Amino acid sequence: MNSTVSAPGWQKSVFDVLREGDVKQIAYVPDAGHSYAIQAAIADPGIEDVVLTTEEEGVGVVSGAWLGGQRAVLLMQSSGVGNCVNMFSLLEMCKFPFLTLVTMRGEYAEFNPWQIPMGSTTQQALELMGITVFRVDDPDQVGEVVSAAFDQAFLAGERVAVLLGQRLIGRKKWERK
Amino acid sequence: MGAQVNAHDSTIGTLAGERLDRRDFVATLLDRAPEALVVTGLGSPSYDVFAAGERDRNFYLWGAMGAAVPTGLGLALARPDESVVVITGDGEQLMGIGALGSVAVKAPKNLTIVVVDNGHFGETGMQRSHSSLGADLAGIASSFGIARTERVRDIADAERVARIVTAREGTTFVQVFIEQTEPPRALPPRDGTAVKNKFRAALGLDTF
Repeated sequence: MNSTVSAPGWQKSVFDVLREGDVKQIAYVPDAGHSYAIQAAIADPGIEDVVLTTEEEGVGVVSGAWLGGQRAVLLMQSSGVGNCVNMFSLLEMCKFPFLTLVTMRGEYAEFNPWQIPMGSTTQQALELMGITVFRVDDPDQVGEVVSAAFDQAFLAGERVAVLLGQRLIGRKKWERK
Repeated sequence: MGAQVNAHDSTIGTLAGERLDRRDFVATLLDRAPEALVVTGLGSPSYDVFAAGERDRNFYLWGAMGAAVPTGLGLALARPDESVVVITGDGEQLMGIGALGSVAVKAPKNLTIVVVDNGHFGETGMQRSHSSLGADLAGIASSFGIARTERVRDIADAERVARIVTAREGTTFVQVFIEQTEPPRALPPRDGTAVKNKFRAALGLDTF
């Protein structure tokens, strides 16, 4: 792993679950909370990092990976869940195992009101489309919860999202000095 | 009346020139690339592929518009040892147009994207699409960074496209100019789970 990457321990624990679970593709639209996993995926020759122009592409990418026999996950921010809604039909119709990790905006110490309409409805949107939702706000619990969701997706064949609470990511610094 | 207007207008821009029979093109392509893994976009391309003969290596979309190319990308990355071909229409491709950018970044050598382009949304009443209103899909693919793009207007090129598919020498985007016809519907299975399981079984994979 690239030793120049510095990130909170909970971000490392997310990537550890994915790597140890033999994930071969990580599709993403970037978010600060996913920085470590994205950089680690790029640095790992055994994992394909797939940067997307919109999150809904990722639903197709991870489904295609599974069709070919690989585990893949989708990393996105809460706003991206809204972009995916119709594309989630693919998961439901074909019963694809599915794991997405969603960093939350529009909740704890949010500065930007434009994040709130989607952030406040992210869990409901996922559940409306048949996806089981886990949530974690305690950094010490991230590894455990992601691991539980991982097993439910790839061992039980379910569709699962983990919401990574905004408090994990902390207050965004808006003033550049 | 409306169809005549559309036929007249279809000489605009990149649509000028000869056009192919969609079923002939798809059937010839699949006949010459029998081992290819195929992902189809919803609507007529799914019917075209099914009409050419059911294959365990076909994955048909009936919805999730815009998913064909992303699904093909994930599949191609997972199976570099197999030829993967996405067969979709201009409308479906347009809805997921950004995926061409994501494909260009990864550039899997074994992925061929075939857009059967009649310049219209055929499934909903043959309304004109951007492709007959000025957009140049092959040009867009090229501008996104896909190194090889082809424009096909001759049925003889179906065999050449099949060779591109089987060669696995570089991501290729193929725009096939087809006639604005609506051949008899040939409906593939709508049970997505069954199609998925059959497809994976053909690759020696369990259900999950």
